Amino acid sequence: MSESIHPAVCSAQPSQRADKNPDAPLFEGAYKERFDHILSRYPNKRAALLPVLNMAQELRGWLSPATITRVAELLELTPDYVRSVASFYTMFQLRPVGRHLIQVCIGIGCDLCGAEEVVEDLLEATGTRIGETSRDGKYTVVEVECLGACGFPTVVQVNDKVYENVKPEDVEGLMKELD
Amino acid sequence: MAYPHAHPREARVLSKHFGEKDAIPIDGWIERGGYKALDKALAASPDDITQIVKDSGLRGRGGAGFPTGLKWSFMPKDGGKPNYLACNADESEPGTFKDREIMRWTPHQLIEGCIISSYAIRAKHAYIYIRGEFVDVVRILNQAVVEAYERGYLGKNIKGSGYDLDLTVHLGAGAYIAGEETGLLNSLEGRRAEPRIKPPFPAQRGAFGMPTTVNNVETLAAVPHIVLNGADWYRQWGTSKSPGTKLFSCCGHLQRPGNYEVPLDFNLRDLVFDLCGGPPKGRQLLALIPGGSSVPIMTADEIDCDVSYEGIEAAGSMLGSGGLIAMDDSTCMVRAVRRMVEFYAHESCGQCTNCREGTSWLAKILRRIERGQGREEDLPLLLDIGANMAGKTICPLSDSAAVPVVSAIQKFGREFEAHIQDGRCTAVN
Ligand SMILES: Cc1cc2nc3c(=O)[nH]c(=O)nc-3n(C[C@H](O)[C@H](O)[C@H](O)COP(=O)(O)O)c2cc1C
Ligand code: SF4
Ligand code: FES
Repeated sequence: MSESIHPAVCSAQPSQRADKNPDAPLFEGAYKERFDHILSRYPNKRAALLPVLNMAQELRGWLSPATITRVAELLELTPDYVRSVASFYTMFQLRPVGRHLIQVCIGIGCDLCGAEEVVEDLLEATGTRIGETSRDGKYTVVEVECLGACGFPTVVQVNDKVYENVKPEDVEGLMKELD
Repeated sequence: MAYPHAHPREARVLSKHFGEKDAIPIDGWIERGGYKALDKALAASPDDITQIVKDSGLRGRGGAGFPTGLKWSFMPKDGGKPNYLACNADESEPGTFKDREIMRWTPHQLIEGCIISSYAIRAKHAYIYIRGEFVDVVRILNQAVVEAYERGYLGKNIKGSGYDLDLTVHLGAGAYIAGEETGLLNSLEGRRAEPRIKPPFPAQRGAFGMPTTVNNVETLAAVPHIVLNGADWYRQWGTSKSPGTKLFSCCGHLQRPGNYEVPLDFNLRDLVFDLCGGPPKGRQLLALIPGGSSVPIMTADEIDCDVSYEGIEAAGSMLGSGGLIAMDDSTCMVRAVRRMVEFYAHESCGQCTNCREGTSWLAKILRRIERGQGREEDLPLLLDIGANMAGKTICPLSDSAAVPVVSAIQKFGREFEAHIQDGRCTAVN
């Protein structure tokens, strides 16, 4: 992340990556610039909260209590407030997740077309249960509600990549791609 | 993936360039006539633009169908406070995936719509609130926004008109309720996406306490076409109460799922059987949800109606968001309804007791019926809970959650009874 991002789109950078570093420094260099750009787009600091949490998660992979406290300081909010907001949104991780966060849609469109088997196969392939991280820290599989691509079931999102039309027989290939 | 299916019976206005990679970058868009409507709009007055949109009869495509021009006319004109436009790109209603396709294939169509609409309501800043899960779509949209700035369609003194507009893309973080317009405003302000009590309406007190118009992606994407070609042109399609064309996202048990754009007087049965190819070979259509999971379920013989707001309503359901979900005879209706209700139970923001408790209670009862452990009194109980959830809460999510349950029991009661009495599912394997 070296080149500069246009201020208009700094608040909309996808955040789940495989190369997460829980100890990454927060908001230095290019990220400091992004932070300032985000603030410049709103009439107050509070409004920057979701984009800034998102950026913190991009860097560190999850929102630890220390991260939350730091974000609160920077935006002149209380840590309790920030935690309460973060916990409202399913995409904010309040616990560490595996390097590959695998989200499987079980919404009605995907459910009608066999999402359940895809979930089962993914759990078997990763040796985990729903929401658990595999021992090697590589995978977390979660079930999510409609991902907004219902005509192309089953929809699976791995970090910030979306896979459409995933059938049980595609799971093996998908897992190979992730290694 | 190439755009799956186009059908000669469609009326492709918004979706004309779906599937064309070259239409995504700004040059390709301009070659296809893009940004001409903006030039025309900037030469007219904001009130003229609002009038054209009023005359076109365009209705909001986010679900409620409120007349767009009328909504705009509620915005103050005195310039005392800054006005805002908030584009609702939170698309999360199960079965709905049309806004995603608009942004993915024709991001500039949406941006042009946002600029013209902002001009009409005298906004100086527009926010596109896009759902956080749309990771690949947001990259495409971001690129387009940067191009629009570089070409002078956004920023100061747009194309020498003296009109200034900033546009910011704002990523959500996973909350269906952020799609409800006041939930969206709270979320944009850095709060929990809890809906607000109305009034005040967003046009009075919206984002940051300022007058705000919230419009859906598809609504805004239709605006350039209307401004460029006129209200009468738009009214060549549809009915007098539901003019124009609409995208239907079609999913579930269909041979050709995908997005189809049809005039609003198109026949619903034709949409399902002709355009989407009907259910897979050897299967019978059992049920249809025409407008996203929060509208009443229809039986297969109720769907011979037109897809206008009033046509679907007369047939017993609602156009909603245009998210069509088809279920064939392999469907366990109890399971399908349980799945939809679990969604609402998960997404309820919890502010209202009837919604918070009602959604989880419905889900719990449906789970036991599905397992074959239903009780004699469960059906009346479900209907009773449903009745208590309607019309009593801050936002309509609570009503929405009860709709699939109540309509399914009314129309497919036998399937529920078979589960309860014989512990057996009526789905055909
Ligand atoms: C629970 C709930 C969820 C909603 N989700 C969306 C959504 O994802 N996208 C949307 O455009 N409108 C959604 N709406 C409708 C909005 O509240 C609002 O009516 C709409 O964005 C207005 O735009 P329109 O007039 O252009 O349709 C939702 C409403 C409710 C009650
Ligand atoms: S009806 Fe449900 S979702 Fe809507 S405000 Fe009340 S609790 Fe929240
Ligand atoms: S139901 Fe799976 S993407 Fe909508």
